[in-house]
Amino acid sequence: MAIISTAGLARTFETKRGPVQAVRGIDLTVREGEILGFLGPNGAGKTTTLRMLTTLLAPTGGAATVAGHDLARDPAGVRRACGYVAQSGGVDGQITVREELVTQGRLYRLPRARAAERAEELARDLDLTGLLDRRCAALSGGQRRRLDIAMALTHRPKLLFLDEPTTGLDPGSRAGLWDLVRRLRDEHGTTVFLTTHYLDEADALSDRLVVVDRGVVVADGTPSALKREHGGSADASLQDTFLAITGRGTAPADPTPVAV
Amino acid sequence: MLLHDTALVYGRYLRQSLRSRFGLLFGVLMPLLYLVFFGPLLTGLPLGGRGSSWQLLVPGLLLQLALFGASFAGFSVIVENGQGVIERMRVTPVSRLALLLGRVLRDATLFVFQAVLLVLAAVVMGLRAPLPGVLVGFAFVAVLTVALASLSYALAMKVRTPQEFGPTINALTMPSMLLSGLMLPMTLGPAWLDVLSRLMPLRHLVDAVRDAYTGAYATAHMLYGSLVAVAFAALAVTVGTRVFRTAGA
Repeated sequence: MAIISTAGLARTFETKRGPVQAVRGIDLTVREGEILGFLGPNGAGKTTTLRMLTTLLAPTGGAATVAGHDLARDPAGVRRACGYVAQSGGVDGQITVREELVTQGRLYRLPRARAAERAEELARDLDLTGLLDRRCAALSGGQRRRLDIAMALTHRPKLLFLDEPTTGLDPGSRAGLWDLVRRLRDEHGTTVFLTTHYLDEADALSDRLVVVDRGVVVADGTPSALKREHGGSADASLQDTFLAITGRGTAPADPTPVAV
Repeated sequence: MLLHDTALVYGRYLRQSLRSRFGLLFGVLMPLLYLVFFGPLLTGLPLGGRGSSWQLLVPGLLLQLALFGASFAGFSVIVENGQGVIERMRVTPVSRLALLLGRVLRDATLFVFQAVLLVLAAVVMGLRAPLPGVLVGFAFVAVLTVALASLSYALAMKVRTPQEFGPTINALTMPSMLLSGLMLPMTLGPAWLDVLSRLMPLRHLVDAVRDAYTGAYATAHMLYGSLVAVAFAALAVTVGTRVFRTAGA
């Protein structure tokens, strides 16, 4: 069962120096209940794709169905079914954790009392209970990330988008976040679509990887299949596999001269 | 749903304003300085109005308060864009119009509150004006705030950096203040300046509030002022909503 399917999803930005094709045409299928690692070099179009799939940015080409709703025709349906954690998070540092969680519940149209209960539940689930009355600015990086995720889980979405969720976290917080992502999928069947630059994270967490480069999908498969196909053997590191796929760095037979 | 969402967004930002006592009062400072240090200069001058010089100056200061306060409202959106707060709200089902309306209604509340403080200070300085006229003045402050704050938020969503936003707003507010006769009535000036100032929408609002402060409600000034204010606000909210709906480019 596909929870996301896209066909030729594209986004061109008009700039003063002419059009820039950030995403040229993404064809992608994500199955329900899988953890999908969405990889690619900086500027490959990962965040732009994510912002289109979460209705933040209107595509300039192609089509997509997200959680059973057509992206162009029913963005409201997509919003009800998805949670999204941006790279920058999205909480106001001057507000308490509780107020942010309750407001988020209210934005998802929970009645006042239910929103207050939900804030407590989320705090319990994400180990934020002792922090509810603290200002968001007073949280550590790992606590802040858990809060961002709690915010995105307010309405129990079937599908969760995480944009570089562990960037800047210490190893302990990263491990905790991996456990959380696995737990979400195992206990609630949540589909998780995450971007990352940490290949160990992609390797450890993802059921399947999709690699994008220059705005198109250039590889798609389980980590071991990609290693066999592009890295030379199942024992290849994902790092070498990634470099081989995207044709950058140490990859053999790179025909493109390096522009300095 | 729109009402529910607007009330929610309004509450969030009103609490934000209330947390900053300093910000709550700071907006009154500039018009208050004009009131105290500029107002007395006008007392004996022939200004051509019907009432006292205070009845002429205070309406201008009220709209100045709204002009400068509301035009810079967008700064908060630039900060929130940096924090990701706006995107976080835009992925929820919340009404796009409510994201704008909640904010501009908070601004209207804030500036009407500041306008009340200013009028109280003016009464101490010597202002005497009929109560209905004073209330009409507050209504104009509210409508002007809704209009300018909507445009300010729309601009802030477009430009994204304070370095672009601040100078743009300055370049727009200064001529607006000078050309609308906020400080002194434009009828005192040469004909070309008077004609030019009629092209400035704010001029008509100032004329309307000045009439109201002398107890004249059924005047051509009042009619034009009200029409311009409402039309400007409707246009500005439309622009703002469009930007909030499609933002992200």
